[in-house]
Amino acid sequence: MALVEVRNIKKYFPVTKGIIDALLAREEEFVRAVDGISFEIEKGEVLGLAGESGSGKTTTGRLCVRLIRPTEGEIIYNGKDIAKLKGKELRSIRRRIQFTFQDPTSSLNPRLKIGDAIGDALRLQGIGSTEERKERTEDVLERVGLSPAKSFYNRLPHQLSGGQKQRVVFGRAIILNPEFVVTDEPVAMVDVSIKAQILDLMMDLKKELDLTYLFISHDLATSRHVCDRIAIMYLGKIVEVADKDRIYEDPLHPYAVGLMSAIPIPDPKVKKTEAVPRGEIPSPINPPSGCRFHPRCPKVFERCPNEEPELRNLGNGRQVACHLYDY
Amino acid sequence: MTVLLRIQNLTVEYKTRRGTARGVDNVSLELEENRTLGLAGESGCGKSTLGRSIMKLVPYPGQIVSGRIEMLLHDHVKYLKGVIERGIVNIIDLNEDQMRGLRGKEIAYIFQDPMTSLNPMITIETHFKEIMKAHYPDIEEEEIIGRAYEILDGLGILPERITDYPHQFSGGMRQRVMIGLGLALRPKLLIADEPTTSLDVIVEAQILEEVAELKDVFNLTMILITHNLGVLAQTADDIAIMYAGRVMELSSTESLFDDPLHPYAKALLESVPDVTHPEKKLSWIPGAPPDLTDPIPGCMYNPRCPHAMDICRTVQPDLITVDGGRLVACHLFGGEKSHGTS
Repeated sequence: MALVEVRNIKKYFPVTKGIIDALLAREEEFVRAVDGISFEIEKGEVLGLAGESGSGKTTTGRLCVRLIRPTEGEIIYNGKDIAKLKGKELRSIRRRIQFTFQDPTSSLNPRLKIGDAIGDALRLQGIGSTEERKERTEDVLERVGLSPAKSFYNRLPHQLSGGQKQRVVFGRAIILNPEFVVTDEPVAMVDVSIKAQILDLMMDLKKELDLTYLFISHDLATSRHVCDRIAIMYLGKIVEVADKDRIYEDPLHPYAVGLMSAIPIPDPKVKKTEAVPRGEIPSPINPPSGCRFHPRCPKVFERCPNEEPELRNLGNGRQVACHLYDY
Repeated sequence: MTVLLRIQNLTVEYKTRRGTARGVDNVSLELEENRTLGLAGESGCGKSTLGRSIMKLVPYPGQIVSGRIEMLLHDHVKYLKGVIERGIVNIIDLNEDQMRGLRGKEIAYIFQDPMTSLNPMITIETHFKEIMKAHYPDIEEEEIIGRAYEILDGLGILPERITDYPHQFSGGMRQRVMIGLGLALRPKLLIADEPTTSLDVIVEAQILEEVAELKDVFNLTMILITHNLGVLAQTADDIAIMYAGRVMELSSTESLFDDPLHPYAKALLESVPDVTHPEKKLSWIPGAPPDLTDPIPGCMYNPRCPHAMDICRTVQPDLITVDGGRLVACHLFGGEKSHGTS
């Protein structure tokens, strides 16, 4: 059984109406950030979630850890639907599910010592005495490579480098011994010279603590190095899911093909051959009819604007939502 | 080939309460016409400071303390009478009035953040008018619109959107507008500082392709500042790898990626994830860049360098020419003729 199973989940954010809209009784509009997606994550797996800005990756991540409530759909975690949990019950599952935010600087309180920032979760969950909490925090500091822990405990975020801050963020995520961690662009803000350091830390923690990750990133080159499978999102929908090797070597969905060809390759001898999709991602308030990618798709045909393709299983764990593969 | 820009022994310092930091330390380099030079390195290595020095726009408390920045100008140089010699002007000697004439017209600078670089109160059309009229007070409005249309079209923006305000554009479109405004006065040199860093891969690829096309149309010479070596591999002719305010290696893009000479360049390349080589083990550079207010003796990279020798801890290596005209500042490649940066 999968550790996390998301079934047809949706998240619509209402667009704030002004007084004039209300007086004219204009219809309420919604940003369809996530519009009916389903996927599974096996225990111990790293699932990558990729796509452009505005495709709904971060919203999906936030839904999975229940930072926000889905408009519709189920999130089955360990056999239990957590989509509608509230209060105490929700707090208790937070011990098992954690989230790391993209920007380590803005996700740490500048006036809180990093030891306290990490240990606070224990206090909030009412675990241990003050001494025990301190001891455990020091263990975690060592584990995320902020060693010696005693000298790091009392530092403030501004005394750390970007990479060290990202380590604090991971320390905070693992202190409650979670099972599942959603990590949102963990290396987008760090220098290329230490990217691998953070990725190695992530993978070491995974091994030591038996973690399962949802790895959100628009950087497909990085995803290839850490993920087992990749799901590609476009405008609130999943368009393709496959093993990482398959999706990079032989992407099927035209959007996936375009995304792959846009990755800058650090080798001047390899020149891009395939065309990058034209135009930009449309507004999620009024997404295009039928297949949402059809206005930008190089292989569009008459069926695409009229009928929405389903995410179909093509075998070998590969799923594609495209009429080209409907046979 | 004609040299468009020649930087000689440029040093820029930031005087802070904690001491003086050398943002750019004795940098010399040359840029030939119609080439693209990439400046790469970790955050804080001085690549933006170097770029901004060329425009004399180093933010306070930064100051250019020594060196020359020579630029070759061919025409319309009335405002530079007296300071220009045989078509060459030393930018460091220019006063603010003269710089105003040079900025935009000869050199355009594209900043990293397209969200804050445009004025939210005025339309794109007004942006174009302001820039063009500042340099050509007598220009006809029709000509301004005509030029704007041509440039925007090359960047994939529909001409009718010229009457829109910045907030009506997406991030990628705003960056295109910034590039368009930069090109409006047909500058010779375009300095782009992380132009696509805040954008998605698809938009990044689109913009880089459009810029490459415009570069040919407008006969541009470019300096592309980015930490993304993948982008440089695809766009730059030559790459300067900077560290702690100094140029560590300057090579053609092919030779740098083929066989990086400086240990820092090598380590940096090994840390770049490559989607075409999933088997490549990513490595990282241990330690952190040095504190520039408290410079260490010898090569600034020596505490992080796996090949550090005794000499590295005492003597700062000069940038020397090695085989094939490549430049490297490392004691591993000593003994050959000095490039004159000491």
